[in-house]
Amino acid sequence: MSAPLLSIRGVKTFYGNIMALAGVDLDVCEGEIVTLIGANGAGKSTLMMTICGTPQAREGTILFEGRDITRLPTHEIIRSHIAQAPEGRRIFPRMTVYENLQLGAAVTGFAHFDQDLKRVFTLFPTLAERREQRGGTLSGGEQQMLSIGRALMSRPRLLLLDEPSLGLAPLLVQQIFEAIRNLNEREGLAIFLVEQNAHHALKLAHRGYVLVNGLITLEGAGRELLERPEVREAYLDGGRRRTEQAR
Amino acid sequence: MDYFLQQLINGIALGSIYGLVAIGYTMVYGIIGMINFAHGDVFMVGAFLALIAFLALVAIGVTAVPLALFLVLLIAMLLTALYGWAVERLAYRPLRGSFRLAPLISAIGMSIVLQNYIQITQGARVKPLPPLITGGYTLLDHGGFAVQLSNIQIIIVFTTFVLMLAFSWLVAATRLGRDMRACEQDLKMASLVGVDVDRTISLTFVIGAALAAVAGIMYLLYYGVIDFFIGFVAGVKAFTAAVLGGIGSLPGAMLGGLLIGLIETFWSAYFSIEYKDVASFSILVLVLIFLPTGILGRPEVEKV
Repeated sequence: MSAPLLSIRGVKTFYGNIMALAGVDLDVCEGEIVTLIGANGAGKSTLMMTICGTPQAREGTILFEGRDITRLPTHEIIRSHIAQAPEGRRIFPRMTVYENLQLGAAVTGFAHFDQDLKRVFTLFPTLAERREQRGGTLSGGEQQMLSIGRALMSRPRLLLLDEPSLGLAPLLVQQIFEAIRNLNEREGLAIFLVEQNAHHALKLAHRGYVLVNGLITLEGAGRELLERPEVREAYLDGGRRRTEQAR
Repeated sequence: MDYFLQQLINGIALGSIYGLVAIGYTMVYGIIGMINFAHGDVFMVGAFLALIAFLALVAIGVTAVPLALFLVLLIAMLLTALYGWAVERLAYRPLRGSFRLAPLISAIGMSIVLQNYIQITQGARVKPLPPLITGGYTLLDHGGFAVQLSNIQIIIVFTTFVLMLAFSWLVAATRLGRDMRACEQDLKMASLVGVDVDRTISLTFVIGAALAAVAGIMYLLYYGVIDFFIGFVAGVKAFTAAVLGGIGSLPGAMLGGLLIGLIETFWSAYFSIEYKDVASFSILVLVLIFLPTGILGRPEVEKV
């Protein structure tokens, strides 16, 4: 197997003195969809943000395409072709859809802007209709599409998606997941997906990881994890007493 | 009526100066949510740099007023921008990520540092500049009172207007402007789309300081005297202007500046010149109580 695209080793991240990640190992290879599932507060979003250097990992290393990005400032990590559609979507509310997409494309120097814009509008046709509308006035689903679209505008080689299904109607969730699958299958885009919607996410993913209290407790092929009793119990079937049991 | 018109002209000229300074407050607040209390003193430093540049130019024999004015504008803007950059670099950036009050306290400290620095190096007494731009037009003259529009007032309003246009264009249509707006709306997300946040913040201070320098030059030309303390009063008034217009809003800062200039001028003209500062600061208090978001400000609504 060739070296993974993204390789995380022993990463520890702190908020003040509180340890949010307690030594995480994780790989994402070329052309893969990798899913990270876990309960609220397990550190999923922290891991996403740590990859992007905000906050930076206190210990451990993060390699992207063989290059150590652990201590790089965020904008340089983004310029090395990692893009994130973060938790809560974080659309620039007082900018139009078009301007939001422009901002996403800024790191490419607008070399192939029209082409990339077309690609995003093909993937999410609603965005084309809403082009001149302010980001803050979009519905949740549209904002999510814009968030993913904005990330795609930078031509990432690794796309980080943090809970793209959060708060969306089932039909929209399906649409978003369909788009993710398309991006991966047609373009071979490597995607690292954080989800609470474990069932959908694991079905979609090639491989999955389970994060509990800042530590990876399980890993395996997506479908395989889906069958594991501890995963079923903690994240799928009932799943209220999940953290204790997954341990 | 003539008297009123005269005060209107005076007020607009003064308001332009406040507006230019207010932009610096509002931009910095918009992006990092902090009141840069040293900004008024950067304005004062700008006025001093302009005075020194004028005297230096005269000493080397540049006496043509338009050329001298242009050179002074250039020199003062550049050097003051450097001050603005240094203030952010030394006093605010190391505190980013610290508790919210830390940079505010640091700003007050920076304000005192700049005032004392100028007081020590330039002396505490007022520094005069002989009137360079004289003359003007008499707009109306029936009987005892003539309405005057002086050349310096024309220059102030014209320069402010041009700078506002240039600045609005910069914010609306350039890459830097887009980065600045992105930082203003969501600092973290801006970094996640590859905006160099530190650089953008630095440039914001640089631009704010350059505009304050222009205001400083105008102040110097308009009043003819400056001292190390002008930054405090002018700064607080420009801050009032920014709050009145809606802090964080650029058109608001300009509008607030004009209004504060007008209020102060009319108050001096019709009521009492001794209490003109009371008028401005009462406005600050009233606005903060009854209209905390200002005229053009947005109410803070967090959409989840």
